[in-house]
Amino acid sequence: MCGEKRPLVLNWFSSKSQPASLSAVDISTNANGPKQDSFFDDDNEDLFAEATEEVSLDSPERDVLLSDGPSPAITPITPPTSVITPRIGHTHDDMFTHSSFDEIEEEESGDSFDIHISVSDPEKIGDGMNAYMAYKVTTKTSMSLFKQRDFAVKRRFSDFLGLHSKLASKYLHIGYIVPPAPEKSIVGMTKVKVGKEDQSSNEFVEKRRSALERYLMRTVKHPILLKDPDVLQFLESTELPRAVNTQALSSAGILRMVNKAADAVNKMTIKMNESDAWFEEKQQHFENLDLQLKKLHASVESLVCHRKELSVNTAQFAKSAAMLGNSEDHTALSRALSQLAEVEEKIDQLHQDQANADLYLFSELLGDYVRLIGAVKGVFDHRMKTWQKWQDSQMLLQKKREAEAKLQFTNKPDKLQQAKDEIKELEGKVQQGERDFEQISKTIRKEVSRFEKERVKDFKMIIVKYLESLVQTQQQLIKYWEAFLPEAKAIS
Amino acid sequence: MMQEGLDDGPDFLSEEDRGPRAVNVDLEMDATLQVDISDALSERDKVKFTVHTKSTLPNFKQNEFSVVRQHEEFIWLHDSFVENEDYAGYIIPPAPPRPDFDASREKLQKLGEGEGSMTKEEFTKMKQELEAEYLAIFKKTVAMHEVFLCRVAAHPILRKDLNFHVFLEYNQDLSVRGKNKKEKLEDFFKNVVKSADGVLVAGVKDVDDFFEHEKTFLLEYHNRVKDASAKCDRMIRSHKNASDDMNRIASSLYTLGTQDSTDLCKFFLKVSELFEKTRKIEARVAADEDLKLADLLKYYLRESQAAKDLLYRRSRGLVDYENANKALDKARAKNRDVLQAETNQQLCCHKFEKISESAKQELIDFKTRRVAAFRKNLVELAELELKHAKGNLQLLQSCVGVLKGNT
Repeated sequence: MCGEKRPLVLNWFSSKSQPASLSAVDISTNANGPKQDSFFDDDNEDLFAEATEEVSLDSPERDVLLSDGPSPAITPITPPTSVITPRIGHTHDDMFTHSSFDEIEEEESGDSFDIHISVSDPEKIGDGMNAYMAYKVTTKTSMSLFKQRDFAVKRRFSDFLGLHSKLASKYLHIGYIVPPAPEKSIVGMTKVKVGKEDQSSNEFVEKRRSALERYLMRTVKHPILLKDPDVLQFLESTELPRAVNTQALSSAGILRMVNKAADAVNKMTIKMNESDAWFEEKQQHFENLDLQLKKLHASVESLVCHRKELSVNTAQFAKSAAMLGNSEDHTALSRALSQLAEVEEKIDQLHQDQANADLYLFSELLGDYVRLIGAVKGVFDHRMKTWQKWQDSQMLLQKKREAEAKLQFTNKPDKLQQAKDEIKELEGKVQQGERDFEQISKTIRKEVSRFEKERVKDFKMIIVKYLESLVQTQQQLIKYWEAFLPEAKAIS
Repeated sequence: MMQEGLDDGPDFLSEEDRGPRAVNVDLEMDATLQVDISDALSERDKVKFTVHTKSTLPNFKQNEFSVVRQHEEFIWLHDSFVENEDYAGYIIPPAPPRPDFDASREKLQKLGEGEGSMTKEEFTKMKQELEAEYLAIFKKTVAMHEVFLCRVAAHPILRKDLNFHVFLEYNQDLSVRGKNKKEKLEDFFKNVVKSADGVLVAGVKDVDDFFEHEKTFLLEYHNRVKDASAKCDRMIRSHKNASDDMNRIASSLYTLGTQDSTDLCKFFLKVSELFEKTRKIEARVAADEDLKLADLLKYYLRESQAAKDLLYRRSRGLVDYENANKALDKARAKNRDVLQAETNQQLCCHKFEKISESAKQELIDFKTRRVAAFRKNLVELAELELKHAKGNLQLLQSCVGVLKGNT
């Protein structure tokens, strides 16, 4: 560990009781001098060279660290180089919130991303309006993060929502793009509860199962989220505390809706001075993307609908053609018409299959990305809010300073002292606000770059797969018509 | 308004149709009398057909000549056949349906109104689409009018009809006005009577096995063709709808491609291009199915109705004959107006036998024509489906190859 280039960040040794602002004057009284230097082997681009260390749960480094006396990480040291004031971690429960991405990605090379999650076996549990669908969530992995290599648990839809809710509350406001959970559907679920076993409710269950699977895979692909204890618990533990407050019509649900509305109003009133062109450009880019994807999604949904209609109409025509063949009194023509009916019947099945591909590959991909971009826009909004908070503290500080200046001329020593104390506190807040803003900006940059990479990969892979389904359909069509042609020619 | 020539413009119909358009009837082209529609003009609310005749028959002043006719004049000719007692024993070639551009015109109008709400490219594309659709309907109506004339020209008896010759040769307007309200009402009642009558007449069992069989067959066949025709139309409409969606998808992908800053922009542009091309093929498939299958079924719906009408006339003749027999017996019993009854009875007998004789041949010919037409069209349908599927496949495969290579 010593002398290694990369600074390790160890959060859980950071004491929460440390004052939020630490001036550079504090100097460690611990003995491990030379070791401390290594902490600031930089990473010059890392403006916030952490004084904290981060280690993965099972990495060998941890043991080594523990064995070294009291951790030097607790107390920051004035770095010899011009690194900006290091700061202590926030009041967060999680271990890995402030590390830079580089660190995480480097660590991963020791434990490559190898995890596959499948959601299967939807099973209806219970009856009537209290019934629900339980899904089997199977994880296959060789990562040391997990206790086993191959394991499964049973989860219900509200569990997924609960997981998302927790992740969102932890990570969204500091700039991480948390993949949104699949949407609720009161109508769809009610049909299933009531026990209506028809085409549309089967499709609903399959759509949901597939969406849940994609949701989990996206979540674990995110290097930070993968290591979150809630995620691990979700995947591994047999019993999961029931997620309450996820129901649409609960009081929490209504509160959520109210908050969402309030947020929307606030967003309109925040006028941010964007000093960074990158953000402005990216926001515009995501707005455009949102618009276009929604349009494309609507067209693809229409295609799915028409393709299904085509399948139904082809089946009806097939029946009709068979009837016509039956009543035709010329034997050879009668046979040919029956053959035509058979071909059309096969083609109707082909259309059905193609409509499914349209839906599950193309349409769902677009739907997912429309929602993901919603999350991205949310993260940009949080940045604006963070900025606003910082600005608010600055304005308040300004006011307090003015008030203090006035108090100087009055003879109220205790009031003056109080003012001075408040100012000190506010100064800390302002500094914190600025750091938060810069941190979230930095995180967003990395997240967006990661998101875009994923987006490119996803689209390419899925669209190619979809086109391959189109290829298959044509190949089948050729087979069917080639079989029919001699039959038609045989009419004499 | 729109003036259409026949051989210009985007070819919506397959190349095979450029030749003799009698696709549904497979007629022998006789050198002594050849009729075709060499040109057509679409004006406001009527279509003007240029009927072109080539004949070696002595009745005509020239060997080759053309006249301009409108839809009403075709109907006049058809009705004159139907009303002619001498032709009672023949299957009268079904009248061509009225040219109906209303739907297409409405769509073009709606497009014009919505011009402001879409991009220039989208507008141009949709306009081209609708114009092609208009052209296709136009070509179809021309084909159907032509088929009618060809059928008449090929029929050994009908081709000699005087009205037909006047229709072909008289180069002035025939002054045939469309039926006015009173006449239309008369027609309506005639039809009601006829169908009620037809039910009665159909109930009469025929002694002749051949005709009994034909009656049963035609009744059922006609109904099933009607059903098949309707279902075929619905299927083709869905096909067109799906292809329209692909058009919109292609546009959206194109916009995404031009906007995106990542690797995806080239990807989207390529996929957009693919959708454009594959959509065109899908549209052609729908059009060809329309031509080879839907039109075939529609035509035989009309012809089977004409055959049914023949059977009806024969049955009517039979009933008249039987009634005349009864009347004669009664007259002989009362010994009154025997001569008159005898003459009447002989007339009915003669009429009935004449109809029966020609009807038998007509129905046999009908079957031959039908089988030949179905064969031709089903073979062509299968060949076209294969051609398009293979084209589509190649397009898709090459695109997938390019995309995978670049990934």
